[in-house]
Amino acid sequence: MTIRNPLRDHGQRYRPRIACLKKVEKVLLEMQDLKTGVKSQPQRLVITTIPHAITGEDIISWLADRFQVDTQEARSFGSMLVALGYIYPLQDHKRLVIKPDASLYRFQTPYFWPTQQWPVEDTDYAIYLAKRNIRKKGILELHEQEHYNRLHKWMNHKWDFIVMQAKEQYRAAKERKKPDRVVFDCQERAYWVVHRPPPGTVSAMDYGLDRLIDPNADEMIFTQQSIMRPRVKSSVSIGALVKYCATYNSHDPFLSKCLPSNPWLTDDVTYWTLNMPYVEMPTKMRVERWTFSFAELLSDPRGRNDFRLFLKKEFSGENLAFWESCEDLKWGEAATMSEKAEHIYKTFLARGAPRWINIDGKTMEITVKGLKHPHRYVLDAAQTHIYMLMKKDSYGRYQKSPVFKETVKKAICPEEHHFTDAQLEQNAKKRRPSLSPIILRQMEQEQRAKMAATVDITQVMSKLSKQRKEAPPPPCPPPCPPPKK
Amino acid sequence: LQAPKYMRSPLIPEMATQEVQLNETLTHLKTESETLKSKLEDERAKLHDVELHQVAEKVEGLGQFVMKTRRTLKGHGNKVLCMDWCKDKRRIVSSSQVTHFMLLKTFMLLEHAVTMPCTWVMACAYAPSGCAVACGGLDNKCSVYPLSLDKNENLAAKKKSVAMHTNYLSACSFTNSDMQILTSSGDGTCALWDVESGQLLQSFHGHAADVLCLDLAPSETGNTFVSGGCDKKANVWDMRSGQCIQSFETHESDINSVRYYPSGDAFASGSDDATCRLYDLRADREVAIYSKESIIFGVSSVDFSLSGRLLFGGYNDYTINVWDVLKGTRVSILFGHENRVSTLRVSPDGTAFCTGSWDHTLRIWA
Repeated sequence: MTIRNPLRDHGQRYRPRIACLKKVEKVLLEMQDLKTGVKSQPQRLVITTIPHAITGEDIISWLADRFQVDTQEARSFGSMLVALGYIYPLQDHKRLVIKPDASLYRFQTPYFWPTQQWPVEDTDYAIYLAKRNIRKKGILELHEQEHYNRLHKWMNHKWDFIVMQAKEQYRAAKERKKPDRVVFDCQERAYWVVHRPPPGTVSAMDYGLDRLIDPNADEMIFTQQSIMRPRVKSSVSIGALVKYCATYNSHDPFLSKCLPSNPWLTDDVTYWTLNMPYVEMPTKMRVERWTFSFAELLSDPRGRNDFRLFLKKEFSGENLAFWESCEDLKWGEAATMSEKAEHIYKTFLARGAPRWINIDGKTMEITVKGLKHPHRYVLDAAQTHIYMLMKKDSYGRYQKSPVFKETVKKAICPEEHHFTDAQLEQNAKKRRPSLSPIILRQMEQEQRAKMAATVDITQVMSKLSKQRKEAPPPPCPPPCPPPKK
Repeated sequence: LQAPKYMRSPLIPEMATQEVQLNETLTHLKTESETLKSKLEDERAKLHDVELHQVAEKVEGLGQFVMKTRRTLKGHGNKVLCMDWCKDKRRIVSSSQVTHFMLLKTFMLLEHAVTMPCTWVMACAYAPSGCAVACGGLDNKCSVYPLSLDKNENLAAKKKSVAMHTNYLSACSFTNSDMQILTSSGDGTCALWDVESGQLLQSFHGHAADVLCLDLAPSETGNTFVSGGCDKKANVWDMRSGQCIQSFETHESDINSVRYYPSGDAFASGSDDATCRLYDLRADREVAIYSKESIIFGVSSVDFSLSGRLLFGGYNDYTINVWDVLKGTRVSILFGHENRVSTLRVSPDGTAFCTGSWDHTLRIWA
């Protein structure tokens, strides 16, 4: 349990949530270099001369050149520098952005740089506002006036101190030379625009919630285990990552065309309609994905149904059924877990079970033992065994089977859409919401109920053989099912 | 959730000599820890025979991309903190800084808005069935809301409180069904919960600070998930045992986002140190860093395109950078948001990705 300890965290309170500040400061130093930095010159502004002013367009071109990026990116970067308060605008001082023209900016003095060491105090803000009030009454903007009133209220107990400080600072400022005073005023004003932004400004100082660190953790046991961990050569694992990209390249809508078209681009939902979970005729692309891996086949409901059909014809449907029951156990409700485990045992594992699965003796032993105290992962060993069986055996034969070949033959390959601008506009007007998932789920449940009603052929055959005296044996199918897998 | 004692008890010396002893023990422990860490790096390096970009040299380069905002969704009126796609590829749930989450339908008509009794709803997730959503944040809880066809129904009335942490909820995700939820929290732990009963099924201890993000491994690769935290670590966990089975500590700052590569053999992370990194789980090492000198603001959120070739990153400087995962180069930068991009997810069929931002809007890009 992490305890918020404000005392211990004081230095941490302004932790590297704004971790970029150090990097930004490096860039700032480069920008201010006399030889290689942004070129600056004194600029006349009203009646005073401001030294070291830089133009927005110069900042942007320097950044674009330094980081080898285009103008738009350089401008975005420059605006962040202004938002953070490292550079401030001389005109239009409340808008913290870089304008790509001759608008003037100056580098903020490090004294006013954003810092993580201490928070920006309301006391200082109160002093600043009071000082401005002293200088010229009624100069505060509306939002500043509101802040002032609020601070005056809850800092009332130290208001004398605040006014005293304000007067002192005002007096000290008067003793400075005019240009210095003007510059300092600009800097100070810029600082407060950053840290107490006017309403509607996006503040870069807003970093969200505070986070906590507790660095005293014991990691040694874990590290020792890590050292012993089996690893694979980089060339092998990286090779696999690269291969995956290549395999799926033509299926990635960002890299290859979506057929007939990407609904987000054309507002035509045919792509989604053709790829509904339980569609009768899948697309060629979808069927191709089933051949990439067994996991792909199983994770696509339409693919799994196809595979189920194939297994039924091979009389090894119980494998898939068992695997699905195990998934249901693992991810299902905790309350019904024991019940489910019991049911699975009776249906698939017990001697003479109606859908007995063939697993090796050792695995069966472990599983049965585990079932005495069932938990969510009690069938893991058996499930893995059956999964590998299907993957290494059934999956391969499925791809060569008539069921699959039939599906491939029927698979659709839609023509690419070529919409004119007028048609696209029409499409946009015809946008409609899709069926709610709640309704889709109801439909799915009905479908599943229908399928469950289709009886497993082995059960039919065993029933018929018991009723020998009733009817002659059927002409085509053999009286006994072939040996189970 | 009570963290194990050995991890959290502060060492309080009663006498000066005890203090000296403790300091020595701590130093000794630290040195031992450092030695072990470098030993681990040595072991990892032994099998490192090639770099990713070397293998990627033979791969064809990517063309130019035209990715634009296709939809802009306004309606939150406050900072968008999190979003998730529904499996139907068209619906979205999103949550914000002030009190509510919203459900948005196909082509973005608002379907439902729910008020929650807390600010900063930092985490939200769609259930696999599409019939419920989960969310939470500063209330330290994760609650599940069953959805309804009736637009006027008050969803908050039927909500179920599932997870209870001792600090803020940073992320949540349903597992393979609507019945279980995985959560991560500012209290330094992750946990697996049964939705129906609210029972804690498993807890995961190992992070030394706030855990900020998590992602579940794709189905075939087993029962694992990865989490990232303020301790700069990305940990891979075994859901069965609650053990941390792999850990990576190469980032220089908080890890805000982790996402598995579509094959499940690797994952990407995004951090406040302005980099995204790729970690290969079988080789047990970091294999790529996605960074640029001109990118100095933190990454809040990352996700892969369907093939894993592209990595999209949402950044705190309001931009989105698109990376070529194999070659390590940046292929595109996208502008549009007017404040931090706080969340980014690719749609389930890879046809688009959605970003949420502190500028109060969500955008769909394709």
